[in-house]
Amino acid sequence: MRLALEPRAERSAAIAIASPLIAIAFTLVTMAVLFAIIGKNPLAALWVYFIDPLSDAYSLQEIVVKATPLVMIALGLSLCYLANVWNIGAEGQFLIGAVAGSWLAVKTNGTGAGHWVMPAMLVLGALGGALYALIPAICRVRFGASEILTSLMLVYVADLFLDYLVRGPWRDPKGYNFPTTPDFDPVATVPILIEGSRVHAGALIALLAVAAAMLVLGRTIKGFEIKVVGSAPKAARFGGFNAGQLAILTFLVSGALAGLSGIIEVAGPVGNLRPNISPGYGFTAIIVAFLGRLNPIGILIAGLFLALTFIGGEQAQISMRIPLDLTKVFQGILLFYVLACDSLILYRLRLIPGHGKAAYGTP
Amino acid sequence: MLDGSRQNGVVVAEPLLRATEITKLFGTFRANDAIGLDLYPGEIHALLGENGAGKSTLVKIIYGLIAPTAGELQWMGHKVHLAGPADARALGISMVFQTFSLFENLTVAENVALGLAGAENLPAISARLAEVSRAYGLLLDPKREVWRLSVGERQRVEIVRALMQNPKLLILDEPTAVLTPDEANQLFAVLERLKSESRAILYISHKLEEVKRLCDRATILRGGRKVATCDPRRETAASLARMMVGGEIGEVKPASGRSLSAPRLAVQALTLETDDPHGVRLDQVSIEVNGGEILGIAGVAGNGQDELFAALSGERLAPSPGAVLIDGRAVGQLSVTERRRRGAAFVPEERLGHATAPRMKLSDNALLTGHAENGMVRHGLIDKSATLAAVDRITSAFDVRKAKRDPEAASLSGGNLQKFVVGREILREPGVLVVSQPTWGVDAGAAATIRQALIDLAARGAAVLVISQDLDELTEIADRIAVMFRGRLSAPLMRGEASREKLGLLMGGSPASGHEVSHAAGA
Repeated sequence: MRLALEPRAERSAAIAIASPLIAIAFTLVTMAVLFAIIGKNPLAALWVYFIDPLSDAYSLQEIVVKATPLVMIALGLSLCYLANVWNIGAEGQFLIGAVAGSWLAVKTNGTGAGHWVMPAMLVLGALGGALYALIPAICRVRFGASEILTSLMLVYVADLFLDYLVRGPWRDPKGYNFPTTPDFDPVATVPILIEGSRVHAGALIALLAVAAAMLVLGRTIKGFEIKVVGSAPKAARFGGFNAGQLAILTFLVSGALAGLSGIIEVAGPVGNLRPNISPGYGFTAIIVAFLGRLNPIGILIAGLFLALTFIGGEQAQISMRIPLDLTKVFQGILLFYVLACDSLILYRLRLIPGHGKAAYGTP
Repeated sequence: MLDGSRQNGVVVAEPLLRATEITKLFGTFRANDAIGLDLYPGEIHALLGENGAGKSTLVKIIYGLIAPTAGELQWMGHKVHLAGPADARALGISMVFQTFSLFENLTVAENVALGLAGAENLPAISARLAEVSRAYGLLLDPKREVWRLSVGERQRVEIVRALMQNPKLLILDEPTAVLTPDEANQLFAVLERLKSESRAILYISHKLEEVKRLCDRATILRGGRKVATCDPRRETAASLARMMVGGEIGEVKPASGRSLSAPRLAVQALTLETDDPHGVRLDQVSIEVNGGEILGIAGVAGNGQDELFAALSGERLAPSPGAVLIDGRAVGQLSVTERRRRGAAFVPEERLGHATAPRMKLSDNALLTGHAENGMVRHGLIDKSATLAAVDRITSAFDVRKAKRDPEAASLSGGNLQKFVVGREILREPGVLVVSQPTWGVDAGAAATIRQALIDLAARGAAVLVISQDLDELTEIADRIAVMFRGRLSAPLMRGEASREKLGLLMGGSPASGHEVSHAAGA
């Protein structure tokens, strides 16, 4: 007996939907083995991870809070990845967006500025993320530098820049030397949607972004251009599409979405600018994008699912003393299985018995 | 070279190679279905069939590259199992592939040495190489680097390398596809010589005239099955084609009484540096195609045809706007889309990946070149029903066979996809059509449909430029033929004066280079 991969004549629509589910199933089995190895009851651990958070209102609200940046960033990344542009630096664009928007919040802090502050912060955040994403885009298009490396390295630049600001010029003088800015004024804060929770208006913006991405990818010539350039570059050039311009555009859009979610995060749930505003949203969003099959609705579902793992990981740490780092292990294993299962869309698995002739004999 | 125990050209009772009931499945696809083949010493045996008939699969099995699913091979009466090409070479089977496997930066002798098993040193190999190439009239300089050689000379390296293994059976896969007519004649002389030495030659081709002239027997495959083994000299080209296709092929009817209008496509002294180290620089190319006319551009592959196509389509921009004119307007620096809006249409050589996005549906591929015009896109939004309607129109006008209404491009057979991409452009009723290798690797039925459509389009007043390596195709449909050689374009010849000999000389660069080695061929 041996296994063989055979190419399919057409991509399988059924597998395209099933592939993420198969990947999740494999991940759960692998996680169960890992739990067993570290001496925890696998079933109990999986229950705490994936079922418990769904059973109380607070956790459900927290899932929405965590899913909001994941979905927004992943939508932008999916446009890049569909166009065969590899923006790995959404985390950095997220941070720079947060910094750019916070600048206004810090400047207007305590001055009694009007309600224009929060919308202007969102615009600045999106702009900051987009401009920061422009650096790797231009390096790729003009100089042929790998955007995978440049965008990734810029994450650390952004991280240290943010760190410098909150420890230096923007530090709250009345903040007991903690590295944070002063708490943002109410006019510099994203409004809360559900009273008594942390669910904020950013969730609505994320839903709007899902709808916009669906329209762009499904109905517009720009969405078609993105898909052709990504899947068949020579045909795209023949069709009259410019891959360089598109790389810049997708970087700009994904940078803007990451930057926007960065400023929403600090102006919403966090409330001021400080280090560690992101538990790695920009990286986890890469997994969300692929788990969601680079499809807006898929990304919405995948974003909620990955948010669940953040919450579940925290609860597992509290109630079962399972290390929080296991959440990152889980996310990594999930991405591995998602990419592996994707090969089943174009190929089919076949079991071939040991004696070829028995299987292939003339009918 | 072989022991002379067998009489020249006489078919002896025992075949050199006998293949029985060879079956090969790829998944559920039967590439070969119970094929039988006998090869005798001293014969040139043609393996005929359309693309996808199973020729390549069968010879790969004989050369040990793939294992058959069922069936057996006998070599000189003994059953053999070939685990790989090394086994086949040990028996005395050599093969010359259509695409060469040579290292460009090594010399001829070094390339040959790499292909030979054993511990012979380079001087010994050089000496033997010189001897073999002299004996067969395959002139080669062992010290020359391969990148300096023409395509025909590279093929000679491959053949000499095969001959140095002293094969009893030599397999050649479409050897004349890359040769000028004169080079082909030299090859035929060598093959006759090999035949007289009681070697067997398995000759894969779909050029019927060539097979009739050269081969003693022909085995014809269709859809993975053997249709017949016959004496090609007793058949007509038409009867061979019928067996290959399994039906009559429509005749291409020339348009009657075409009226020529002013030039609709013009290229004026276009010089274009190459952006790729293996590319060809276009050198002062000038073209004029009138409305109502088909201009053919002949030439051996790799002489600048791809670069010319890119410059005409706008995939590469010309150095000045006036270098390319469509209906008198300078378009040299306009994009593909702008040129399409001015009534031009293009069909590149490569169907999958260039003319179409392989994993996208036909409706998306209709949009790929159709988005420039009204109807398919409004305010940036795609009208899906308009793209589907375009697919339906192309399907019915060009008889595109497919499993469902809107499948992925990659799922269509080569001929049907080619009808789709040609139909996609012709149904836009372009004023200028530039098409490269319109019937390459397409079955005879589809080829006839496509050629007829090109003739009809010209008859309706369009200027049609056809880039092709198939001289038969060009002499059939083109009004004038120019030849491309190393980035330069010859003055066009009228169809009547464009004999194979004249074209062949132009394809070889100059009359002189055609005579350089012809004394050695002496067929």
